[in-house]
Amino acid sequence: MKKNMAVLEPVIGLEIHLELTTRQKMFCRCPADHFGKEPNTQTCPVCLGLPGALPYPNQKAIEDTVLLGLALGCRIPKKAKFDRKNYFYPDLPKGYQISQYDQPFALGGGLKLKIKNETYKTIRINRVHLEEDTGKLVHRLIGGRDYSLIDFNRSSVPLVEVVTEPDIASIEELIAFGKKIHQLVRYLGISPADMQKGQMRFELNLSMRPREDRKLPDYRVEVKNLNSFKFLKAAAEYEIKRQSQALIRGQKLLQETRGFNEKKMITFAQRSKEEAHDYRYFPEADIPPISWPESAIRRIKKRLPELPEAKQIRFQRDFRLNPAEAERLTREKSRADYFEKAAVEALRLKLEPAKIARAIINKRIETAHFSPIQLAERIAGQQKLNKTGRSDTTALVEKVLAKYPGEVNRYREGKIGLIQFFIGQIMKESRGLADPEITRTILLKKLNQEQNF
Amino acid sequence: MKLNELTIDQAQEGLFRGDFSSVELVRACLARIKKADSRIKAFITVCEKKALNQAREADQQLRKGIKKRLLGIPVAFKDLFVTEGIKTTAGSQVLADFIPQYDATVVRRFKEAGAIVVGKTNLDAWGHGSSGENSAFGATRNPWNQEYVPGGSSSGSGAALAAGMCLAATGTDTGSSIRLPASFCNLVGMKNTYGRVSRFGVIAMASSFDCPGCLTKTVKDQAAILEIISGQDGADATMPDQKVPDYSRILSQETGSLKIGLPKEYFNRGIDNEVGDLVKKAIRKIIDLSGGEIIPVSLPHTKYAMPCYYILVPSEISSNLARYDGIRYGRGRDKFGDEAKRRIMLGTYALSAGYYDAFYLKAQKIRTLIKRDFEKVFSKVDVIMAPTSPTLPFKLGEKTNDPLAMYLSDILVCPVNIAGIPALNLPVGFSKNGLPVGMQIIGSQFSEEKLLRIGYTYEQATEWYKIKPKI
Repeated sequence: MKKNMAVLEPVIGLEIHLELTTRQKMFCRCPADHFGKEPNTQTCPVCLGLPGALPYPNQKAIEDTVLLGLALGCRIPKKAKFDRKNYFYPDLPKGYQISQYDQPFALGGGLKLKIKNETYKTIRINRVHLEEDTGKLVHRLIGGRDYSLIDFNRSSVPLVEVVTEPDIASIEELIAFGKKIHQLVRYLGISPADMQKGQMRFELNLSMRPREDRKLPDYRVEVKNLNSFKFLKAAAEYEIKRQSQALIRGQKLLQETRGFNEKKMITFAQRSKEEAHDYRYFPEADIPPISWPESAIRRIKKRLPELPEAKQIRFQRDFRLNPAEAERLTREKSRADYFEKAAVEALRLKLEPAKIARAIINKRIETAHFSPIQLAERIAGQQKLNKTGRSDTTALVEKVLAKYPGEVNRYREGKIGLIQFFIGQIMKESRGLADPEITRTILLKKLNQEQNF
Repeated sequence: MKLNELTIDQAQEGLFRGDFSSVELVRACLARIKKADSRIKAFITVCEKKALNQAREADQQLRKGIKKRLLGIPVAFKDLFVTEGIKTTAGSQVLADFIPQYDATVVRRFKEAGAIVVGKTNLDAWGHGSSGENSAFGATRNPWNQEYVPGGSSSGSGAALAAGMCLAATGTDTGSSIRLPASFCNLVGMKNTYGRVSRFGVIAMASSFDCPGCLTKTVKDQAAILEIISGQDGADATMPDQKVPDYSRILSQETGSLKIGLPKEYFNRGIDNEVGDLVKKAIRKIIDLSGGEIIPVSLPHTKYAMPCYYILVPSEISSNLARYDGIRYGRGRDKFGDEAKRRIMLGTYALSAGYYDAFYLKAQKIRTLIKRDFEKVFSKVDVIMAPTSPTLPFKLGEKTNDPLAMYLSDILVCPVNIAGIPALNLPVGFSKNGLPVGMQIIGSQFSEEKLLRIGYTYEQATEWYKIKPKI
């Protein structure tokens, strides 16, 4: 074992593929929503790559890509273009994929990650570009024979690729970064990024170097097609272990592309550098280069919503939340929006917004059943009930206990799970107005008191 | 005069007046096809039944007084234009059985104007060629002399129209393919400004060069059709938002005195004496008619045009033909002919890692220089005039063993495609042995109306179109 090899650290870069949920596909007018649809029912000459068909770019998809670029602090070059990436694969009907090579829609930029408490780290973004998704191969046994079937519903669905610099130094950072991007695109409303539907997929670039080494390793292992955080983590863990062991043994690692086996949770060799594709990129002549006037960029910038960090700070300030509460409530934009509407109503009702926050965070109230305003009203009502009518709650508790003597006995014999039953009944009696915490306290007191007699 | 020998303009008059029916007109074309096409080989597919049915419908509409611009007029489409339900082969065995599910924009517009599809014309496979001899379905022969080629790659369109098998035929001009057959067959043919006519549904050769258009008997017909097929369709993203003038209405307006540029690089080369003389005579005639002067000009990068073209075009071809991968369309890649294979290999090589900068990128830079050459000249002159082909039509087999000699047939026409500007081929007379000679009038971007007006003035004074080959 070489001495300087003792402490190795990973050098990780990530490529993230995001399907945009525009109404139409990237280069034709077929519906882009392909998940769970009957195979080959959402196709046309363009996305089937039939002779003579031409791509016609979807302006909304281009603007969504620029929006993501802006949200990631990227530079939006004045000129961008599409290129052809030439390769053969049965799911690629034209024999090339329309992508972007040297003039993507967004360049440079970064995403700040909170690592520990108050420590932050910026993962630099290399680029954000737009391309078209491919069709999908389905392998089936039909009548005892193996068949590969092609579904072109996904062909030409807009696909954004975010490429980072190799700034990620641990599995924690890797997952935190992935989640941050996931949150961001959902905030921007450009994709639900549902990984079960394949709307967000990862490609991992990982190599190892001695901790004191500052330069990039002379090899890089790419792991393709990771479609969940679990798989991303497993692939990274496996690669860190595999590469470390190889390097410690004194083995030289080479540039290669690997696949991921989801059953065994391990990576496997696919292609070495020698077998790497030459994609013969060249400008896509069917689509003129795109030039952006300043005004167009400004217009897209206006679409930028308030992002989670800014929202967090504002919630702390305007609604007097603590940082943890603000963070929990801003994770999902829909939840943050819900809270904010309820909190504004709470202020009007002279109710502390933090109470709303806690109710949502502790899931004390099923928010799906109420509008934000109803929620605020209910909590305000409860507060009234709690303040002025603690005796009301006590009365309700007594009423319910009297109604179910059998259950009370069984509780006292040790069936303590029945507490939920009583709480449920009391909530029902109060038509949801009783505070569950207070109810529980009174209930426990009552049940134990009687027992002590 | 036989009905199939009429121009569109004449036929339309007759149809509207009720002198004859569309069925009669279509039958006359079909009869000519039956009589001569086994020798000429202008068609790959003839749609006899469909055409007659369409003609009957057209006659009903004519009787009702409906006036569509091409109602009842029989036309043919180069077999690169996809036609719904009609086999479209691109002249290659690879697509020998391919029946498209949709119509090209140009086809749709012809149909909407009431035109009748008599068939799909022969061509050099995928548009690769200047003689028609690269067709997988047999070489087309020139109706003026069947030992000679009709010019390519729209060989079948040129021959079919010259032989009176239709009243107009579409073509595509990537590097000469409308103008050369027009020149070799005594026809009018325009390579339009890139982006004037939609490429949607035209099987791609080289996407940044391909210009769909039409071969017609007269300039007047050319203008009428251009008006119908031009303009954005929301499917070809490379088309600018450029107004479509009423080409046929402004045709008879005066051209005014003309500044005519003659590029020394075009006339210095080995131009056949007969061709040179006829072209110069035509230019003098135009000056007599419109007034004006000849201005010697220079297009200094002309010598790089062919190398530039033969890097960029095969590069795009190699990518455009990738979809014929043997998985779909029922036929494998072994069905590609030699010329397609040659171009796929050239293009793949030029785009490969390590060669891209030296070939593709450099050729792109030359392309810019050639464009600038033309821009500079058009700041001084109205139009450029030159022979379309440096030679008379050549014989079948004359150049088939020498691809380079074949490529050089396009030496005077290719620079126009590199620059994306329009050029109109006009018939200017015949050689001593009775072969047609053509001249091209080249203009700046979207100057089609100017070219048509000059052409119309000349056509009215010369009427070369009235001379027909003996079939």
